[in-house]
Amino acid sequence: MCIGKFYVHTEVSKLKIKVKEGKNMKKLFFGVLTALALAAGGTFAGTLDDVKARGNLLCGVSTGAPGFATVDDSGKDVGFDVDYCRALAAAIFGDPMAVKFVGLTSAVRFTALAAGEVDILARNTTWTYSRDTDLKQTFLGVNYYDGQGFMVKKELGVKSTTELDGATVCIQVGTTTELNLADYFKENGMSYEPVPTADNAESQQQYLAGACDTYTTDASALHGTRVNLENPDDHLVLPEIISKEPLGPLVRHGDDNWADIGRWVLNALVIAEEKGITKANIDSWKDTKDAEIHRLLGTGDDDILAMVGLPKNAMYNAIKAGGNYGEIFENNLGATSGINIERGVNASWTKGGILYSPPFR
Amino acid sequence: MSSPTLPPSESFKFSMLLSDTRYRGMSLQVITFIIFMAAFFWLVDNTIKNLALLDKDVSFNFLWLRAGYDINQRLIPYTSDSTHGMAALVGILNTLLVAFVGCIIATFLGLFVGILRLSKNWIVAKLMSAYIEGFRNVPVLLWIVMVFALLTEFTPAPRAFKGAEPEATMLFFESVAITNRGTYFPAPVLAEGAYWLLLCFGLSIVAVIYFIRFANKQKKDTGKSLPTFWISVAAIIFPTLILFFAMGQPVSLEYPYLKGFNFKDGIHLRNSFLALTLALAFYTSAFIAEIVRAGIMAVSKGQSEAAASLGLRPNKIMSLIILPQALRIIVPPLISNYLNLTKNSSLAIAVGYMDVRGTLGGITLNQTGRELESMLLLMGFYLAVSLLISSFINYFNRSFQIVVR
Repeated sequence: MCIGKFYVHTEVSKLKIKVKEGKNMKKLFFGVLTALALAAGGTFAGTLDDVKARGNLLCGVSTGAPGFATVDDSGKDVGFDVDYCRALAAAIFGDPMAVKFVGLTSAVRFTALAAGEVDILARNTTWTYSRDTDLKQTFLGVNYYDGQGFMVKKELGVKSTTELDGATVCIQVGTTTELNLADYFKENGMSYEPVPTADNAESQQQYLAGACDTYTTDASALHGTRVNLENPDDHLVLPEIISKEPLGPLVRHGDDNWADIGRWVLNALVIAEEKGITKANIDSWKDTKDAEIHRLLGTGDDDILAMVGLPKNAMYNAIKAGGNYGEIFENNLGATSGINIERGVNASWTKGGILYSPPFR
Repeated sequence: MSSPTLPPSESFKFSMLLSDTRYRGMSLQVITFIIFMAAFFWLVDNTIKNLALLDKDVSFNFLWLRAGYDINQRLIPYTSDSTHGMAALVGILNTLLVAFVGCIIATFLGLFVGILRLSKNWIVAKLMSAYIEGFRNVPVLLWIVMVFALLTEFTPAPRAFKGAEPEATMLFFESVAITNRGTYFPAPVLAEGAYWLLLCFGLSIVAVIYFIRFANKQKKDTGKSLPTFWISVAAIIFPTLILFFAMGQPVSLEYPYLKGFNFKDGIHLRNSFLALTLALAFYTSAFIAEIVRAGIMAVSKGQSEAAASLGLRPNKIMSLIILPQALRIIVPPLISNYLNLTKNSSLAIAVGYMDVRGTLGGITLNQTGRELESMLLLMGFYLAVSLLISSFINYFNRSFQIVVR
């Protein structure tokens, strides 16, 4: 077994994922093969050490979800989930660019995570009981409270989801939205015809070609998709939200220290917004009397981040990378991004939302 | 004279296992077997241990849990309340449907194209060459996506059929609707008495089979050939047709009609099914065409010359002399093409066709997180189907081979 362990260890850290999009079948197969032959895990206890040794973070993101993870005109990865991974990389390496993004479809993401192809999955993934328990994953928190919505073409004349009886619905396979959809139509005594698709891009293409009447997924992704369509005004996101979709980053079971690091980087971004620490003013807090800010930014005497194996100024770097939670939201999903999603429940608890981080002490 | 002395008999030494040709073959096999088994057990052991470390076990209980998702094409009753096992079964049937229809189309098309490629007509031969080279040398996945794109992008949406002056109209007396979601055909509805029709139809077929046997025997004995084809066609069609009208038309057609978002009733062939089946059939038919051509060309030229000198016409030469001999060469490689088509059907996910790879190996795998179990079941399924197809055709093949007396 010793030999086995050692082999698994090096093999996994050697895995290099070059292709971001596509080849997901191969990844799935590879994942299963890894599980089958070399076996996935067990030895992931030192994910932080692996990441440090490798020199970069492998972050699983969507293969193209506007606002969450896309590639901009200059070829740079951008998005809400991308910025979270950059903050995490900054916390570990002090360099927000020390991340390699791995595009994963909804169908292969868990296998890829379990097989060690990525260190962390930040792929607008809904936190559910069975994923947390049966799929053996650890959710680090919620970075976006979402819900499932429907987008239709305005010319269809549909104003509410209750008018969708008999509709053909485009849906990404292997998602919670697929299950919600079945439940929702059943509860309301309506029929529908599912058209399964692999990812957002394919759904969008089928929807535009008219192969389905409506496209359903998380409302945030629908808004993000809509503004990028040729004529956004021809499309309508229906007002009903049919489910709770708390999205968050997740890691494999079995490495609590690694989970703690991811969880507290997320919390640090939320606390930063709460305290008013921004990318621009982060250096001006040296003389503050707020002890929590000193602990957070590493400007005080305590070095509590050593507990998880991070440098003292890790959270300073994380916040410096893309700003606090509010800034990341505005840049990727809010007004600055053009997607114009309201903060709503995703505002800090001090501003009427439900974002609330445990204290940093 | 001294008698020839035998070499002193050596006692067995351990090194002889490798140095002595008498033992070497056996010992190498034993060594290989031990290495193989050791590697196998290491893999299994490592998998189990590492799964345990990941806190996962191997269990197939998920097959009896509620699936929770819907499948668009169902050949058996299935709802989101059915089990994952049922979902897998729906997928299996969808896979088999594509494989079955695809193989039939590919065989006929392949036979047709393969024979035409040998045509003396230059244009026909070159056209068929282009067909074969085009389909054979482009990955089948691209063809699947291509056919699907053609079907969805260049056909009207169901909505286009609406209104007083619709942009699109149904074909064949308002009975067939080609849309970007699939093609809708009228479905037969069986009323009371329809089973008598089916019985009549079945009896006609049995009668025709016996008639053909009789005709063949007649031909062997007397050399006279009866117009088998036309008599068979008439025997199959007319009794059923007469009964149909005599009983007051117990079978009616249910026409598809537009209601709400989509067409209702009728038979709905989804674009995903059409694209997958057609692309696989076209692709495989190109290979079959080459096999057919090889089979025909392998029949010695003397055979057709001898047949021609007997005064047989070219189509008779083909059907009576060449094809029966060519079949012996054609059938064995045909099996591997059927198997390829069946296995290639797992590309279905590219067009969202819910085959067993899409249900068991796609959604179920993803929702339950049982990667290893799902993949093992999938591999088992494809293995079983492939072995079944080969043994079936091998059985068939034996009847074609020359009986050695």
